[in-house]
Amino acid sequence: MKVRLVDIAHARSGDKGDTANVGIIALEQHWYPVLEKFVTRESVARHFDGMIDGPVERFELPNLRALNFLLHGALDGGGTLSLRTDAQGKVYSTALLRMTIDVPDSEAKRLSLPPHLGKSA
Amino acid sequence: MTKVVRVAAGQGFWGDDLDAPRRQVEGGQIDYLMLDYLAEVTMSILQKQKERDPSLGYARDFVGAIESVLPGVIERGVKVIANAGGVNPPACAAALKAATGKRDGGRGLRIGVVTGDDLLARLDELIESGHLLDNMDTGEPLTTVRERVLSANAYIGSEPIVEALRAGANVVITGRSTDTALTMAPLRHEFGWARESWDQLASGIVAGHIIECGAQCSGGNCLHDWKSIPDLANVGYPLVEGSSDGSFVVTKHPGTGGRVSVPTVTEQLVYEMGDPRSYITPDVVADFTSIRLEQQGENRVRVSGIRGRPPTGKLKVSIAYRAGFKAVGTLVYGWPDALEKAELADRILRERLDRAGLGFEHVLSEFVGATATHGRLAGDQRAAPEVQLRLGVRGPDKAAVERFTREIAPLVLNGPPSVTGFAGGRPKVEEIVAYWPALVDKTVVKTKVEIVS
Repeated sequence: MKVRLVDIAHARSGDKGDTANVGIIALEQHWYPVLEKFVTRESVARHFDGMIDGPVERFELPNLRALNFLLHGALDGGGTLSLRTDAQGKVYSTALLRMTIDVPDSEAKRLSLPPHLGKSA
Repeated sequence: MTKVVRVAAGQGFWGDDLDAPRRQVEGGQIDYLMLDYLAEVTMSILQKQKERDPSLGYARDFVGAIESVLPGVIERGVKVIANAGGVNPPACAAALKAATGKRDGGRGLRIGVVTGDDLLARLDELIESGHLLDNMDTGEPLTTVRERVLSANAYIGSEPIVEALRAGANVVITGRSTDTALTMAPLRHEFGWARESWDQLASGIVAGHIIECGAQCSGGNCLHDWKSIPDLANVGYPLVEGSSDGSFVVTKHPGTGGRVSVPTVTEQLVYEMGDPRSYITPDVVADFTSIRLEQQGENRVRVSGIRGRPPTGKLKVSIAYRAGFKAVGTLVYGWPDALEKAELADRILRERLDRAGLGFEHVLSEFVGATATHGRLAGDQRAAPEVQLRLGVRGPDKAAVERFTREIAPLVLNGPPSVTGFAGGRPKVEEIVAYWPALVDKTVVKTKVEIVS
């Protein structure tokens, strides 16, 4: 079943130089393992393919039911050098929440995950 | 009764709500008011001001902020801690004395002035003695931009602030203190935490991280259930109620808007986060994976369980340098085919820039209303009712950037149709002051505390 992150998580993003950080937080405690399993460093790198110049790192914070992603080379140089509207990466948060993940039907049903019926981003 | 120390945030950056400090002091009982004025590039702006006038170089809003809370400071003993000193803490203290001197009822402010973070005058000496101040991100040595450096400040920790409080200061002015030290230092002072009380110090740092961006932890910029967050026009800025074991409660004054909940606090915790196991500060390394959050009532979140470990032997240094010029021009295209019109305008503009032989380091085109922030993830935007073309250029040559700013307006008459939004004239040419993060051995930075009364 397709699940869109915006339906199961919230997020905030910020900057450190040319790196954007995106923290995503499961809306329900029992949905955190879904994030940990399906929102991987590789899947996030694919999601942002062509939009960022550097690698992606992932850190886990099960205590906050959150994952923290570092998107390197995401801010056109960052800080005052950047010409981007979003020079400080403030809306990378919702860009990540556009991502859809593929959860086996049985697992999705057991966890009452909301299905995404629309088109994937 | 167990002692509780209340530290309230009244300013999340220079330019934040001017009335927030007063509302924090008058809205309920607090012991300390914490004001954070410094972002990464603020120091360089202040350095430019100081070059023009040696009596400037600090956050001037701070003087007004103190005037607005003076009764609370004088009559109720609220103490204020701020990194408003910028690159000139003594001048900030002098301006404060001049402004409040007649109105403090003769009882006097005791201003603690923290200096020693400013390394600008020592840069060559440092480089010569082997402190190369390599860029933490790129690895380049500082010598590559040495001639263009505007400011250089070490991020300093809680110790000089604690020292000032111990000496009886009721207003402490620092330069480039870490944002988090401004909150941790009063907790450390009140509870007598030792230099090795790693868990408590780390707790104070986490408290600081939560409230250092002002209302961003109490409902501001909060995505979670944002439509239901009440009365943001009257948003309550956050405060922490700290306990001696390090645990604390994040809350806000009664009768204010916004929200303090596990989701609002969690969003702020992950803001600008790197490796959560190692949040490095001059005093302690905090482990964000140890944080426990618990809703303890309406608009009250208890934070506990935080672990810390000894800091590194280095301090981060914030260096600002001149890095060329930039300008951004915009035009708005209307339906039908708004995006295609904006895309054609972009191609025309780029061709004209090429023909004029203008060499830029970088040219960036964005289509606001379509793909500017989410790129291809936004999907097909050809039906967008309006799109703003936003074209930015950056380069070392000011004249070339200036020439670019003249190329936008002609497109209104000689480019694609249904164009508007050009009021406001030519784009402004801005000098870029860029940020150079580096590390330096702790031993070379000596802070000093002076009490002015």
